[in-house]
Amino acid sequence: MTSALGGLRICDFSGQLAGAGATRFLAAMGAEVIRVEDPVTHGYWDVLRGVSPFVDERRGPDFGGPFNNHNVEKLGVTLNLRTDVGKELLRELVAISDVVTENFAPGVMARLGFAYDALRSLKEDIVYVSNSGYGHSGPYRDFKTWGPLVQAGCGLAFATGIAGHHPAAIGYSYMDHHGANVMAIAIMAGLLHRNRTGDGQWIDISCTDAGAFLNGPALLDYTVNGRPLRRSGSPDSNRSRAPVMAPHGIYPCDGEDNWVAIACRDDRDWRALAGVVAASWCAEARWASCPGRVEAEDELDRRLAEWTSSLDRFSLAATLREAGVPAAAVQRPSERIDHDPETAGWGLWPSVTHSKMGTVRVDGIPAHFSKTDWVIERGAPCLGEHNDVVFGDLLGHTDEELVAWRAQGVF
Amino acid sequence: MTFPDRPDGSSGALEGVRVVELASEHGALAGKILADLGAEVIVVEPPGGHASRRFGPFLDDVPGAERSLWWWYYNTGKLGVALDLHDTSGSDLLRSLIAASDIVLEGEPPGQLAELGLDFESFEPERPELVWVSITPFGRSSPRSREPITDLTLQADAGPVWSCGYDDHLLPPVRPGGNQGYHTACLWAVEAALVAFYARQTLGFGQHVDVSMNAACNVTTEAATYEWLVAGATVERQTFRHAAVRVTPPREMTSADGQTVIGALPRRTGEFQALSEWMTELGLRDRFDEFFFVEMGVERGGVQLPDITGDPEAAAIYQAGADGLRMVAAHLPGKEFFVQAQQRGIPAAMLFAPEDVVEDPHFSARGFFVDVEHDDLGRSFLYPGPVFQAPTSPWTVRGRAPHVDEHAERVRRAAGGM
Repeated sequence: MTSALGGLRICDFSGQLAGAGATRFLAAMGAEVIRVEDPVTHGYWDVLRGVSPFVDERRGPDFGGPFNNHNVEKLGVTLNLRTDVGKELLRELVAISDVVTENFAPGVMARLGFAYDALRSLKEDIVYVSNSGYGHSGPYRDFKTWGPLVQAGCGLAFATGIAGHHPAAIGYSYMDHHGANVMAIAIMAGLLHRNRTGDGQWIDISCTDAGAFLNGPALLDYTVNGRPLRRSGSPDSNRSRAPVMAPHGIYPCDGEDNWVAIACRDDRDWRALAGVVAASWCAEARWASCPGRVEAEDELDRRLAEWTSSLDRFSLAATLREAGVPAAAVQRPSERIDHDPETAGWGLWPSVTHSKMGTVRVDGIPAHFSKTDWVIERGAPCLGEHNDVVFGDLLGHTDEELVAWRAQGVF
Repeated sequence: MTFPDRPDGSSGALEGVRVVELASEHGALAGKILADLGAEVIVVEPPGGHASRRFGPFLDDVPGAERSLWWWYYNTGKLGVALDLHDTSGSDLLRSLIAASDIVLEGEPPGQLAELGLDFESFEPERPELVWVSITPFGRSSPRSREPITDLTLQADAGPVWSCGYDDHLLPPVRPGGNQGYHTACLWAVEAALVAFYARQTLGFGQHVDVSMNAACNVTTEAATYEWLVAGATVERQTFRHAAVRVTPPREMTSADGQTVIGALPRRTGEFQALSEWMTELGLRDRFDEFFFVEMGVERGGVQLPDITGDPEAAAIYQAGADGLRMVAAHLPGKEFFVQAQQRGIPAAMLFAPEDVVEDPHFSARGFFVDVEHDDLGRSFLYPGPVFQAPTSPWTVRGRAPHVDEHAERVRRAAGGM
């Protein structure tokens, strides 16, 4: 199959998830992504190189499971940018790249001598994309973040919780995923603009801005209506006030820590649900319309929870969906990954071959392209795995040069 | 020239690209992003307007098709037309419109458009350069493709809910707030659409891009997925911190004004130094019995996390750093703690509600909030704006969401003068 981004080259400094996730997608779509890492620190600027989960007892920069997941289909080189040769090789690489990406703290690329002006002098139409917690402008530009700090600072952590309890926050680095998705969008937008006008540019992403952007209606409720989210009974993210739905929640089922999500979008859904519950309390007139259900939602939820608590979550959800009511078991990772025909049918967990870890399953891509679909087969690069390929085959340096530079600590 | 003109006179990355979007609850954000990037996005609604115009919150809490803040937010910068696709004149107009477009964005139940002869396959022979993006709950070929979903059931099914909630597992797990299941699918749809559009420029053909919302959420759950894939381990939800295979210590702290704050627990020399100076300046060092260990953290050159379990001294230093930071947090208003900690080199955050983001000087200084004029109301309102700064092809909110059928005439002209 033809690849969508064949011929596109990305000189990639980005790591962790917020950066690496962006170029991962583009690599799966066929871009040649060359990840540049520091040999002196063994690439550990990206801590994911060395953290669990591991496939076996081996440890070190080539064995971090998260790193493998986020860097499939990329080439990996090492360059000591403290050396003149290292800097020169990077200049050669930038000169033949379409895109340079990074998610260092602001100022790092300038200290390395590769701020936008320097990159542009090497490649006039370079698309340079930076991704940081608060962006490269504004009073917080030097602040450091990672997922939980971004999510706290943008309003999304606050918006996640149950009324009467402290916000729960989001239990993973959600905004690292979307920092990466926004970065992929920025890269492609920059390339499309370049294709049309011939102009490159420096695009500056703020993950915190991106997080706030993903909470739009709540922000407008404040800027338009003056209504803060910091108020009694709010937030309650298992319920739905916009649009208004009731019942709408997560209810206990048979077994330990088993739950089902049920949402009645309208009165028709409620009647269908009531038909499945088939209990006399459901027939009370006050439940018949949405305002009535919202008014006594605590009681409604209590009664529903009593009913669901003895039922099997999967068969209950299937029965409700059969009746036309949105419902789903809260799935554990093992269930949605290994026992869900939906993810299996999509091919969502491809296996890659990693030079040292062997065969490992990783995340797939949630879009299928009818003519240029994604390919995920090769695992993440070991540290400097493609030095010979990139500096020799691609940049045209001789074996003798490579041997000498290796001895000098350039790689 | 793309319409509507951008208020700043700039051209976006997608200048000259026409997108036809069939209005949907779950795909609207994708169309908004394409419009903000410069495309001419025509949102096609049923007569009377799309159902999401009835979603709150509403301007001044008064419901109305032109008063939904949901509709306002997700449809900025689009042109609006209302068409009855079950009527020949409506479906003919949509057919002409699609034939004059570059990208189609739709979230219709699979099969529905085929029945009307308005699916990708119907257009492909004559318009092979068309990029057609479908955003559906399970993808177009799933046996479950016509089952009902909401953002809640989507996120429960696909993983996010399992990882969110409280240490007390008698409380239900929690949905990430703010329609994040829909948003996740939309961000993936946009990046996929842009890749397909780029491929059309280089390869000369369009294609169908089939986005599964379920798959999108499944691959957006970080460690929950790869802990299982790599190690066969299951993460468990924990209050205000990452779901993890092992229970981790509580991390949220309370400020003097009752705000929740979090901070990186000191490990490096500089962080212990910063904490030591900060506690001294605030007069807290004499009130903290373990201050000695904070100073020791400086002298020792920080602590390595692996040492904490085996080395009682390292453990005491690490604990003193955590307790000292908690003491500072309790002494200061939340906002001051957050800003000062960061300025002193200790990564930290305050739990911002959306209104705190609006009032905070950083976001305005970056130009994140933009004024959007509502000429119909004679007022303007602050909207979230650019997620990234792109100097030569800026992300721009080019205007308010359309009224029902507001641009019927323009759209008819765009479709070929019908």
